[in-house]
Amino acid sequence: MTWQTGWHVATVVGARPLTDTARELTLAVPGFGGALPGQHVDVRLTAPDGYQATRAYSLATAGVDERVDLVVDEVPDGEVSPYLTHDARPGDQVEVRGPLGGYFVWHDDDPAPVLLVAGGSGVVPFLAMLRARRLSGRRAPFRLVCSVRGPAGAIGRDEIDSPDPGLDVRWVYTREVPPGWPTSPARITPDDLAAPGFGPAEGTDVFVCGPTRFVETAAELLTGLGHPSARVRTERFGGA
Amino acid sequence: MTSPDGPVLDGSALAGLLSEVYSFDATLAVVRCAHCGHTDVLARTTVHLSAMGGVVRCATCTAVLLVVVDRPDGARVSSPGAAWVQAPPRP
Repeated sequence: MTWQTGWHVATVVGARPLTDTARELTLAVPGFGGALPGQHVDVRLTAPDGYQATRAYSLATAGVDERVDLVVDEVPDGEVSPYLTHDARPGDQVEVRGPLGGYFVWHDDDPAPVLLVAGGSGVVPFLAMLRARRLSGRRAPFRLVCSVRGPAGAIGRDEIDSPDPGLDVRWVYTREVPPGWPTSPARITPDDLAAPGFGPAEGTDVFVCGPTRFVETAAELLTGLGHPSARVRTERFGGA
Repeated sequence: MTSPDGPVLDGSALAGLLSEVYSFDATLAVVRCAHCGHTDVLARTTVHLSAMGGVVRCATCTAVLLVVVDRPDGARVSSPGAAWVQAPPRP
């Protein structure tokens, strides 16, 4: 007997390009439910010869049962992301396991201020948190700091820049800035992360998501600003 | 930080594979390092993934806490450096 724990059949029902390299995919997943903002799923592909590859992706939306929204940024030479960003078409089937992970989660009844720090496609779980916050009607103060190479690669920029009371957004452009931007491209600094109302004294919950090196740099800056490491939750992702 | 096995990740990266072994959310389980005594939730450990599974290390002393192998006949966990693993509080 083969024991397959928790895998659901998922059917692609929508695909929409977000940037030159990233795509939002919507999957219909009977039996999937109860996801919290910040959680992820495992996606498994099976080749005709039986070879399987599994990767973890953050959910871009939480709380909609039987549906999974993913944002996938292509990792060149990856085993899974090129299929999801280029080839997957409505009607295609993959497998999904989850929702997974109760640690990197924002609970909408938590009134503490929240500081979100994203590197590149690390913004995806934060889209789920922003969407959940808007839906809940609660107004915990949120500050989102997004570090991206340039404006063309900024996932979800229109949504993030839409006015949202109590949400404060800061963009950090590391390679190329938009026309008329007041500063030159630069890496993230303590000034980007320090803001009135979002310091350690206010009991701020801090979430950092991005590639490993970005997360380690940002986490170090945050603890340098006095945030206790126990309140700095990190989620690092690798390639694939 | 990268190694030949790929970048360092967090314990959350193994949530799916460990769900084949434990009936609870393993990332919220508490692990005690047998080497240095550091005790924290699995989500705050460091993880290297490879095609065979993952290696979980203590965030403080880097001792190997758990090795998770994704076997065709079922996931296997060995815990060479964990003094214990405790399930998260019952909901």
